[in-house]
Amino acid sequence: MPLGYTLDFSVVLDALPALLWGCAGTIGLALAGMALALVIGIGGVVLRGSKHRPLRSLVIVFVELIRNTPFLVQIFFLFFALPNIGLVLNPTVTAIIALGVNGGAYAIEIIRGGVQSIDKGQVEAGLALGLHKGQVFRMIVLKPALRAIYPSLTGQFIMLTLTSSICSAIAAYELTSVAQRIESETFRSFEVYFTITLMYLAISWLLMTGFSVFSRRYFLYPTR
Amino acid sequence: MQDTSVMRPTVPAAPAGDPLIVMEAVNKWYGTYHALRDVNLSVGRGEKIVLCGPSGSGKSTLIRCINQLETIKSGSITVDGTRLDDSSRSVDAVRSEVGMVFQSFNLFPHMTVLQNCTLAPMRVRGIAAAQAEATARRYLERVRIAEHAHKYPAQLSGGQQQRVAIARALCMEPKVMLFDEPTSALDPEMVKEVLDTMVGLARDGMTMVCVTHEMGFARQVADRVIFMAEGEILEQADPETFFRSPRHPRARSFLGEILAHH
Ligand SMILES: Nc1ncnc2c1ncn2[C@@H]1O[C@H](COP(=O)(O)OP(=O)(O)OP(=O)(O)O)[C@@H](O)[C@H]1O
Ligand SMILES: [Mg+2]
Repeated sequence: MPLGYTLDFSVVLDALPALLWGCAGTIGLALAGMALALVIGIGGVVLRGSKHRPLRSLVIVFVELIRNTPFLVQIFFLFFALPNIGLVLNPTVTAIIALGVNGGAYAIEIIRGGVQSIDKGQVEAGLALGLHKGQVFRMIVLKPALRAIYPSLTGQFIMLTLTSSICSAIAAYELTSVAQRIESETFRSFEVYFTITLMYLAISWLLMTGFSVFSRRYFLYPTR
Repeated sequence: MQDTSVMRPTVPAAPAGDPLIVMEAVNKWYGTYHALRDVNLSVGRGEKIVLCGPSGSGKSTLIRCINQLETIKSGSITVDGTRLDDSSRSVDAVRSEVGMVFQSFNLFPHMTVLQNCTLAPMRVRGIAAAQAEATARRYLERVRIAEHAHKYPAQLSGGQQQRVAIARALCMEPKVMLFDEPTSALDPEMVKEVLDTMVGLARDGMTMVCVTHEMGFARQVADRVIFMAEGEILEQADPETFFRSPRHPRARSFLGEILAHH
């Protein structure tokens, strides 16, 4: 901090409503992104186990592509490149898609690990009872598989939430872009970024609490 | 459905009447490993068969071919008149008529005992929940575990879990029950409760194919004991004859080992 700089949190106080709306924006982006990531993750695992080789390859290529390129580039691609082929999306929708697609690629690998951890006797028991492969996956494999990888998956979802700050690059409505605007109007960078750091911390904490409440309700059954 | 062109098998001690399961010249390969060699077997309605033999002899493979958990390379299998092929129709038809009990129970951990028992009747047979529950409670009663209907598998002992697994299979009202070493994973004190359940089932006239080394059980309920080694059926006879005077040297040495362990 330069000599003679005096902290003045009054600007933050004035901007508090805007910052809190930013928090809401971030939480909204994150939850929508997680939902999409979960759908892509589960769908990807199903396709990854398909008997059709092209489908399996498609998933592998998708996962490799997303996990080996920067998120910022992915979101720029969606935002600036897609309009060239006639697909114009607003920043928030773009952000949700980018977060969902990015998180989905990681979720595929995580959920696949969970599915592989399920004893194949479970699948055989389901098949032997006359259930189809799809039913076995949905009704027998999925829940215990999600339970097995729940900590990794929710950890990934926290990452996704923090990554949403990068969506400020396309001016999606979320906490970091709100902070950037306030900072550019007041030049109080330290106060503003210090405050949103705490806010991100609070958001993460809130989500983790939510995840653990959900897990206590959804994974009721005892193991061993 | 009814396939009348099936040839009567020429198996010794084949039961009289219209058989429920007919395996003819079945060959199964795992890659380059020849797991079943020209297996011929016919199981009559109501018949109880005990399948035994050394580890790796193909006992599990044989019964898993019956409900198409494994596919065969050549030969034919007919279950209740349905000739098994790769079509989903034959797979569906057979699996809903054939119950299976596994060595490791394989109860679904996230479902209660009752849910384990109602899942397939509701989802496969399309039976309404209330009726599926009534049926489930009846079979749970029969394996004497009805009071645990609301519990989860992890809250039960091994013997209790295996009895639930038997009830779960029975809820589909199958025509035949396959057992793959149902007592091998159990602590000794729990073996009896499961065997008693199986004996009861046999008394009620269920058709059963049991892979087991429980010789007492074989003596008590089996109509026929089948001895396998290296993917082949080497000997089959009624239990008294088989245990008293096994003809094949491999059967003799196998029985010697079994007795030494008991
Ligand atoms: N999925 C598989 N892939 C490759 N080989 C297999 C497979 N399943 C079984 N085998 C082999 O086939 C042979 C027969 O196996 P199977 O499980 O039918 O024997 P088993 O008589 O049931 O033995 P056990 O008493 O140990 O259960 C064994 O040599 C086994 O290694
Ligand atoms: Mg076996």
